[in-house]
Amino acid sequence: MLLSENWLREHMNPGVSTETLVEQLTMAGLEVDGFHPAAASFNGVCVGQIISTEKHPEADKLSVCQVKINKDGDFLQIVCGASNARSGLKVPVAIIGAVLPGDFIIKKARLRGVESNGMLCSAQELGMAESSSGLLELNASAPIGVDLRSYLSLDDFIIDVDLTPNRGDCLSIRGLAREVGVLNNLDAQEIKVTENCSVIDDILTVKLSAPEACPRYVGRIMKNINIQAETPLWMLERLRRSGVRSIDPVVDVTNYVLLELGQPMHAFDLDVLQGSIDVRLARAKEKLLLLNGQELELAESTLVIADDEKALALAGIMGGKASSVSEKTKNIFLESAFFAPLTLAGKARSYGLHTDSSHRFERGVDFQLQVQAMERATGLLLEIVGGEVGPLIESLSQKHLPEAASIHLRKQRVQQLLGFELKDAEIENILTRLGMHLSSNHQGWEVRAPSYRFDINLEIDLIEEIGRIYGYNRLPVSALNFNQVLPANSEKIIDKTTVIRLLVNSGYQESICYSFVDQVSMQVLDPEVELLTLANPISSELAVMRTTLWAGLIKAAIFNQNRQQNAIRLFEHGLVFHKKGKVLEQKKMLAGVVSKQAQVAHWEKGKTIIDFYDVKADLENIFTLSGCAQDYRFVPCNHHALHPGQSAAIYRKERLLGHLGALHPEVAKKLGLEIELFVFELDLDAILQRHLPIFKAISKFPGTSRDLALIIDKQISAQAILDMISQNGSDILQNVSIFDVYEGQNIEKGKKSIALSLTLQHSSRTLEDLEVTDLVDKIVANLNQNFDAKLRD
Amino acid sequence: MENIEAIVQDAVAAIERADNLKLLDDVRVEFLGKKGRITDLLKSLGSLSNEQRPQAGAAINRAKQSVQEILEAKKNQLEKNDQQQKLAANQLDVTLPGRKRGLGSLHPVTQTMLRIESFFKTLGFSVVEGPEVEDDYHNFEALNIPSHHPARAMHDTFYFDTSTLLRTHTSSVQVRVMETGKPPFRIICPGRVYRCDSDLTHTPMFHQVEGLLVDENVTFAHLKGVVQDFLRVFFENENLAIRFRPSYFPFTEPSAEVDMQCVMCAGKGCRVCKQSGWLEIMGCGMVHPRVFEHTGIDSEKYTGFAFGFGVDRLTMLRYHINDLRIMFENDVKFLSQFQ
Repeated sequence: MLLSENWLREHMNPGVSTETLVEQLTMAGLEVDGFHPAAASFNGVCVGQIISTEKHPEADKLSVCQVKINKDGDFLQIVCGASNARSGLKVPVAIIGAVLPGDFIIKKARLRGVESNGMLCSAQELGMAESSSGLLELNASAPIGVDLRSYLSLDDFIIDVDLTPNRGDCLSIRGLAREVGVLNNLDAQEIKVTENCSVIDDILTVKLSAPEACPRYVGRIMKNINIQAETPLWMLERLRRSGVRSIDPVVDVTNYVLLELGQPMHAFDLDVLQGSIDVRLARAKEKLLLLNGQELELAESTLVIADDEKALALAGIMGGKASSVSEKTKNIFLESAFFAPLTLAGKARSYGLHTDSSHRFERGVDFQLQVQAMERATGLLLEIVGGEVGPLIESLSQKHLPEAASIHLRKQRVQQLLGFELKDAEIENILTRLGMHLSSNHQGWEVRAPSYRFDINLEIDLIEEIGRIYGYNRLPVSALNFNQVLPANSEKIIDKTTVIRLLVNSGYQESICYSFVDQVSMQVLDPEVELLTLANPISSELAVMRTTLWAGLIKAAIFNQNRQQNAIRLFEHGLVFHKKGKVLEQKKMLAGVVSKQAQVAHWEKGKTIIDFYDVKADLENIFTLSGCAQDYRFVPCNHHALHPGQSAAIYRKERLLGHLGALHPEVAKKLGLEIELFVFELDLDAILQRHLPIFKAISKFPGTSRDLALIIDKQISAQAILDMISQNGSDILQNVSIFDVYEGQNIEKGKKSIALSLTLQHSSRTLEDLEVTDLVDKIVANLNQNFDAKLRD
Repeated sequence: MENIEAIVQDAVAAIERADNLKLLDDVRVEFLGKKGRITDLLKSLGSLSNEQRPQAGAAINRAKQSVQEILEAKKNQLEKNDQQQKLAANQLDVTLPGRKRGLGSLHPVTQTMLRIESFFKTLGFSVVEGPEVEDDYHNFEALNIPSHHPARAMHDTFYFDTSTLLRTHTSSVQVRVMETGKPPFRIICPGRVYRCDSDLTHTPMFHQVEGLLVDENVTFAHLKGVVQDFLRVFFENENLAIRFRPSYFPFTEPSAEVDMQCVMCAGKGCRVCKQSGWLEIMGCGMVHPRVFEHTGIDSEKYTGFAFGFGVDRLTMLRYHINDLRIMFENDVKFLSQFQ
């Protein structure tokens, strides 16, 4: 909310500087976002009156003005280009020596041969508006010769207060003045509003058909007003400094009262109204054309102001076009009503609207304010547009007015929450200054909040107010001194950090990608899957929830590829989102992408490339942390995003945990990826499961090893051979490792040579040659029988 | 006896001449081997008389010992030379780089997150995570933000349907913890949160840590203590100025915004703090009794505090990152700066 400092100080003027005032507001929870001068800096500008204008002899668009700048009748000849320069007009005059914004110094000049002794100014030239057309027209009553800065009280600051939703009571000059008074221990001055005597008898009947939504409606007829009258400059300036545009004098006055008192008001063109006023809920499919040109079909829960025939306005939100005040309006009906916050809550938003009025009603408008606001507006209108005032009309449903709750405040509770004991007198002083009514009882007080504080309903609300006004920064600080809650710390779960640090040690950089991606790439990666789609995405690029972390990581790879950074080894951990009908699974995954060029070139071997087995080793390292690496298996698989000959499904025992493979060239192409990537993705929680290591005695007896070189069909996997050996292995077979795989020269086509090293050892005795030979023979025979494996010569 | 001396002299000369271990061994064989010249002398002792034998024997043994010693010394010297030659031949260029894969890096947000977790774990807080796709109840309703509450407008929520959304804060996790557990609670909830907002200073996804402590006799003073300690430890500045400003969150009361002295300019005023010398760094407050009500906790017996802050912002301040957009682009040149 923007407001003029001078206006605020007119209501409450503590003897503190602007900086201190702003600091006080911020530290009281009414955060000031900033403050800036109401006009740019300039001097030497006074009020002048154009006495005569003549066309410039040499230029069509210029006129030569004689301008009176003091009461003694001194005239200045000034050449001016503005189209609204006319005789009798009062305007700002920058005299010789004046300094305008931007250090622009006014000097005597000749314009196409005609002498000019100063400059007539527009609002823009004085830094009072972003843009303006023509001279700033001053009120006819402006005193000639007076310095413009003092006349318009331009030595003012515009303060921008960012109010939290609970402080609707501060959405006005009066509300903030009240608060400034509390902070400076000063009493707020009541605004003097005089009752306006009616001179005509015209009234409208106001029916409250939805009294719970609108328990109080104050109205008044004014006839024969002069809608052509001009809003006085002082009011225009205050509206301008509050960021409100001038419309016509009637609307300007209602806006002024809204800013000053916080009561939103509305004015109807009386001659358009049919019969009486009814404040009711909208009828099914009722239509209303709003002031802003928007045509609505109203929901039945919407509160409207209607006449006998139709809805006229969206109550508390916006008026209708048909009944609005226009330049032809003569007679008006003014509205000052109380609409209950709950009735209005969310209504404006449901129609895509947000107005100064709805903003205030949703947060709560003082329900005792309506008559006062009406009298204030009437008084201002009489001064500006004149006319005849009708009687005050008030329809009231007393029982539907909000009731100020009686709140029980316990001393002990104040201490329990704020952490120290405040003196009773201090508590009483703070609450009383805030306008609360207190009565003591044995535990503390019964407190009644003023009608403008919709946010004070519970004991805790009072405690917050006590802390706030006392000053949060004066409240004590203390260390935690509670019984320790011992956090669980299982050794059977690997700390996630251990896994990600292991990847970092293997050269991976951690990425953080958005959890939502574009639908097209998601479907390229995961065509079968049902997508979880945002109803209101920020863009189509960020519209569906990822079902695999590859989506973001591949995008990151492309981002780097496009910057000639092809050495990529990235990983990410985070949730993926799988929708299966109505069930949504949010699963933690760990994924990586590695480009072939990720290998650091070494002077010994030159440049080498990454292949499947490099990445597989990174995963095997992770699996080793589980203490049961032998439970993990890589099984050849078909995955539509992966190269059919270089893809593995990863199992831990029977459970599928993820995949590893080269990205399918077709998928890469569709995504715009030019570099070749290996990708993996694993169920993170599953790989964090760990077996506690259990010590096994180390055999003291010598072991031995035997190497076997087998010729075997190329299609038979290493895993199949290892499985076969372990099935036949006895307890003396400690380990089998593959130390060479060879195809090509000297090996029959379609075959490969695979060399194994068997480690044999007995736990409690020395092995005998014979049993070793027997076991090896048995293994060879078995491999021969099952896979047609032959020992290589 | 002249014979012995001559042999010794021959041996000494031969040892002198031998310039490698092989030749030296030949010398050993020539003089001390089974058929060596000194060995032969010993064998010839048998032909001497009993009187002569001891004297001659002693002389021969002396000669043998002396040759052996000289031989051993020479051998040591040759071995040492040999070793030195071998070492000289195996000299490396120690300035060539080592064989490595290169170390990766943790994302700076993760590094900050780990630092935060480590601080709070020391204070006995546990780390709890929760779902990112949330229901309206846990994200709003249970936190005392009913559907038409004006505070909802501050949240710019991403929706899937009327009741399903992307969590706008990790405060939803505290609800889940409180509704299923029993006090005392001492948790922090780190994670991704989402708001429908994207410009120079907002990304639609960011990271938050929310903390919650519920116990008997928890006061605002404890909240102030924890927040102050955390910021001072995090920024390694025990004199860091911190202030608490009244604010409003529906799920805490009293509520506060925490400002800390700008760490970029030490409070003097700069672009980052918009010349104010202060940075808004977190929101906090005492758990609202309605939130306790929603989660079935007796608010008369227990009180608690909650706080929440943006991890990305702390990260940017800590590492002087001045561009928010770079945070989630995953440029390897960015990531590799945080090893």
